Amino acid sequence: MKISIQARMLGVMLLGLHLIVFFAGFFAPYETSLQNRDLPFAPPAHIHFLDIQGKIHPRPLVCVLVERSDAFAEYFEDRGHCFPVRFLVRGAPYKLFGLMRSNVHLFGVDAPATIFLMGTDAYGRDVFSRFLYGGQISLFAGLIATVLTLVLGALLGTLAGYYGGWLDAGIMRGAELFLALPWLYFLIAVRAFLPLSLSPKDAFVMLIAVIGFVGWARPARLIRAVVLSSREHHYVLAARLFGASDMYLMRRHILPDTYSILLTQAVLLIPQYVLAEVTLSFLGLGAGEPTPSWGSMLSTLQQYSVLVSYWWMLIPGLVLVPVFFGYVLLASELQSGRKTAAS
Amino acid sequence: MRFLVHRLLHSIFLLVGISLLSFAFLELAPGNFFDEMRLNPQISHDTLVHLEKQYGLDHSFAERYLAWVRSAVKGDWGVSFAYGSPVAPLIWTRARNTLLLTGLAMLLSWMIALPVGLLGAAERGRWLDNFFSLGTSLLLVTPDLLLALGLLWLALRTHWFPAGGMQSLSSSSAHADKLKDVAFHLMAPVAILVLGGLPVLVRHIRAAAIDALQQPCIRAARSHGISRVRILFRHGLPLAAAPLVSLFGFSLASLLSASLLVEVVMSWPGLGPLLLEAILARDVYLVIGAVMLAALFLAGGMLITDCLLFAADPRIRTEKLA
Repeated sequence: MKISIQARMLGVMLLGLHLIVFFAGFFAPYETSLQNRDLPFAPPAHIHFLDIQGKIHPRPLVCVLVERSDAFAEYFEDRGHCFPVRFLVRGAPYKLFGLMRSNVHLFGVDAPATIFLMGTDAYGRDVFSRFLYGGQISLFAGLIATVLTLVLGALLGTLAGYYGGWLDAGIMRGAELFLALPWLYFLIAVRAFLPLSLSPKDAFVMLIAVIGFVGWARPARLIRAVVLSSREHHYVLAARLFGASDMYLMRRHILPDTYSILLTQAVLLIPQYVLAEVTLSFLGLGAGEPTPSWGSMLSTLQQYSVLVSYWWMLIPGLVLVPVFFGYVLLASELQSGRKTAAS
Repeated sequence: MRFLVHRLLHSIFLLVGISLLSFAFLELAPGNFFDEMRLNPQISHDTLVHLEKQYGLDHSFAERYLAWVRSAVKGDWGVSFAYGSPVAPLIWTRARNTLLLTGLAMLLSWMIALPVGLLGAAERGRWLDNFFSLGTSLLLVTPDLLLALGLLWLALRTHWFPAGGMQSLSSSSAHADKLKDVAFHLMAPVAILVLGGLPVLVRHIRAAAIDALQQPCIRAARSHGISRVRILFRHGLPLAAAPLVSLFGFSLASLLSASLLVEVVMSWPGLGPLLLEAILARDVYLVIGAVMLAALFLAGGMLITDCLLFAADPRIRTEKLA
């Protein structure tokens, strides 16, 4: 399959975002649970290149925020009290991939000053850091759930298409059942039958299992259709004549025919599943506080006062738009690529 | 006739399957509604055992399922633990609100999507089509959640329309006033649902219309000098009927389940918030009832689609009878 340049570029951009989120520990200046109780709802930091005398600084400056004494959560910058942003600083320890210990962060600023690129939330926690760590749950739950769905779908679809008969009938009836279920209702209902408060790790696994398990039907049907036709290819019949086992035929000759469908399905499913995670967490059914996820970060916006006054709390939701746009474009590129390849 | 009976049996099979699936998940779930009472020292162990017995929780899976089926046939759909009353009336009052919301949204989205989709197909590749495509793409990648939060923000900032709920506290009891008040509250949630559902609808209608306009009979009509508008509506639209009917059936089917998130964000007293409450309280029969009602709509919607297709497209009739 030929992949166009646009599709490649989109892929690289999406990959970049995922890498940043994956290495959240390095890119995030603070820990997700670090509270600054004296700085609730601080606005996104202003980065200055001029100090108060008008001198140009090659290193950007961040000034200390001081809360106004007459109003809640309103701040002014103490321009006489600025600190340079430092790069590759040592700070709070974290683990890369959950095993490599490190304490080097991409950027940071010296003690009295703070650098909140996306402001802070009600507890004065850095929204940017929480956003990156939250992406680990939201994006990767979507990714892993997609893999789970596709593995399930490919397995059941191949079995149904290859063996036919009662196995085919049974699996396809099941698929119709799952296709007919009201998607979000079912997702929530399945979630309902699991314990409500879970440790973050359990919640992550649970989210993946629930989301990934619900959607296997559509890929299974598509895969079955491909397998049905590819089973009849002459080279498959020839291989069977030479005594190839069923397992060998499926692995070597039939599954490769389904790769392009699987890829397109993956690109279509990932944004849906990311959104499913965000929705479940928004409704309070995903990973709970203090673990950040994009959905649970957005759920604070259900308080009207937060929604009206602090726009930066919306960032985890706004980010979904370009991410989804990337995926949708990628999917249409892949689909048109497949069409031209077929013709 | 045989076709319809076949479809009907299929729907029944679906509903039974979904109810069994829900019950199976219920069986796997740890804990029940009375777990929280167990922590309360004022409620004795005997009371709890009695309560569990009263609600039949000590019976086996099969017995409980059969009891539920009996209750469903009777029209009760089980008993809610939290409300202590049959599930059906509870769900029905909420479902009415949801249907009001989604029905209106569906009507509006079809009224907008049909002309936009047809125009896009007729003007394919020209600036109007490109403009519509851009609009639908933008809407497609904007999650409903974000749309809802955005409109909520607008409502709170500008006070153009109410930010949530279904009625004002101060609304008078006069019938006309009440109606106006509800209509006023409907604006924002309906707008979100329409904007959220529009892109998929427009894209499907456009694709179906493009397919239809490429048929040879359309070219023949054009060569006869029939006007473009007449070709589009009199000749193109009926040709595209089959996919449009399927799409319409899909809209019908998702009437109850499409608005959950919007209802929660805009605090609309529909089925969505009830379901969420029931889940958080582990009120399992209420959950199953809500899921079953949504599934009933899905099955019903699909059945209606099949009937409409059967009526609209002679090809299906011959195919099935052959």
